[in-house]
Amino acid sequence: MTERSSVDRLGRGPGLFGPRRRSVVREEGARGALIAFVSTVIFLGFVLWVILTSDAWPAVQRQFFNWTHFQAAWPSVLSGFWLDIRMFMLAEVLILAIALIVAMIRALRGPAFFPLRLLAVTFIDLIRGVPIILLILLLGFGVPALQLPGVPRSELLWGLTALVISYSAYTAEVYRAGIESVRESQRMSARSLGLTQVQTLRYVLVPQAIRNVIPALLNGFVSLQKDVALVFVLGVREGVREAQIYNAHTFNYTGYIAATILFLLVSVPLARFTDWYTDRDRRRKQVVGG
Amino acid sequence: MRTRPNRLGKYVVIVTVLTILVAACADGAETTTTAGETTTTEATTSTTGLAACTAENLNLVTPGTLTIATGETAFPPWVGTPDEFFDEPESKTGFEAALAYEIAAYLGFSDDQVVWERTGFDEAIIAGPKDWDFNMQQYSITEVRDQVVDFSVPYYVTTQSLIVLEGSPYAEASTVEDLKGAKLGAAIGTTSVDFIENIIQPESAPNVYDENFDVVSAMNAGQIDGLVVDLPTAYFMTAVQLEGAVIAGRFEAAAAEPDEYGLLFAEGNPLVDCVNEAINALTADGTIDDLIAEWLEQGGELTTITG
Repeated sequence: MTERSSVDRLGRGPGLFGPRRRSVVREEGARGALIAFVSTVIFLGFVLWVILTSDAWPAVQRQFFNWTHFQAAWPSVLSGFWLDIRMFMLAEVLILAIALIVAMIRALRGPAFFPLRLLAVTFIDLIRGVPIILLILLLGFGVPALQLPGVPRSELLWGLTALVISYSAYTAEVYRAGIESVRESQRMSARSLGLTQVQTLRYVLVPQAIRNVIPALLNGFVSLQKDVALVFVLGVREGVREAQIYNAHTFNYTGYIAATILFLLVSVPLARFTDWYTDRDRRRKQVVGG
Repeated sequence: MRTRPNRLGKYVVIVTVLTILVAACADGAETTTTAGETTTTEATTSTTGLAACTAENLNLVTPGTLTIATGETAFPPWVGTPDEFFDEPESKTGFEAALAYEIAAYLGFSDDQVVWERTGFDEAIIAGPKDWDFNMQQYSITEVRDQVVDFSVPYYVTTQSLIVLEGSPYAEASTVEDLKGAKLGAAIGTTSVDFIENIIQPESAPNVYDENFDVVSAMNAGQIDGLVVDLPTAYFMTAVQLEGAVIAGRFEAAAAEPDEYGLLFAEGNPLVDCVNEAINALTADGTIDDLIAEWLEQGGELTTITG
């Protein structure tokens, strides 16, 4: 500990977020907090003053922040949002599983696995290259229009399928980054112990890889949680669509605010959790590293 | 600290210069319009006899030009024709485009003084100034909407109709009761959505799509049993967009609230009075009826769905 603090005084800490920065915050804590508080109050006060005194504000308030409309829009927006949440949870489970399989296939080595690897890379490249909304429209309207016998037509099912496919491609790359971040010696040791390629992946590489990429995966959660709403293009009455219907009916945007609040209620805690987890993980690694 | 008064001084100079410039521009504009006014007022008084509603007196976004907004893609039979003039309001084809030029002519605009803008259906409703004089894309006049924007007097009254695929069990529907089990669809912002929910009241809530052509896609995908749309659009859809689809019937007028289309203006725009005058005159002299006959009505008997 003494050695570390001497490094701090010389101003050569291990990094921006390392112990040096923490000690600076501690020293200037009270004064810094006061300045931060005052400047925040002045800044927010100024922004609010500009907004609230502008000529357009009464109209904006009537159109966007209208309590009567909020109450009227709330039940349908909430029930639509509940569909969003259910879609999100189901899709996330499928995405995590499918993406892991794709990433593991891509991480296999040796010429024998070339066709599989090619398949995985092609899947990832193609799917990541297509805008998600296009994929939803293609699968949601396009595939059922073929009227193939035995192929389901549900817009909800196909919309979710498009989301799962698209996010699986991205998430597979996240996993891959994780697998590649595990030191090569780990793979070689495992192989020299007599583990097969698949066993090496399953018992040695993937468990370490997942730990490394949990923040990135959580980041994907936050993103998906909002993107599920895109299935509204297929006519599905989820939260955003319900808000739009209310808006189209009344020409009032407060329903959008209701939907915004609902999405924030889920995504902000998720984002905070991601940050907290990332921070904790980094601190743990530093302890191990030091 | 010493730099501050200097800086302030600089701002004062800039603001003053700008003010003078703006004032100068405004002066220039004023003189030209007054000059124009005297000449054209005479001209229009002789034709319409209403000095207040002439091109030069109107409250316009761009002086001297009538800026009209229509849909981001504007479909026949409202704007353009299915083939040659598709999505071309300048062609004066399609009911709304033709009517727009009649209104413009009544107010004293020549054809090339009419400029078309495109907006989404929803975005036309945001509070604040607009960059068009009025918006024309089958906006139904409703009380709630009227609180936020202004509408002209109605220029068309429509009824709702049901489209199904040939051979559908709902093709023979004759009352609203027959449709209780149907999965229906309609485009957002249309009164068709309200019509389904309030009048038909099917067991499952209707799917609601961005645009009419998305409803068509869902129909082709077999995701909905039928779609509800205003009758003129139904003619276009069954003729052009939907293979193997038929109009199962028009809903009895008594069942639907009278669905009246009006031009949409920014709240409080005084232009609405002059446009109303134009629409009333065009209704009185039969021009609008002629346009309806030309663009919106097609022969053939339709089932009336009662209830």
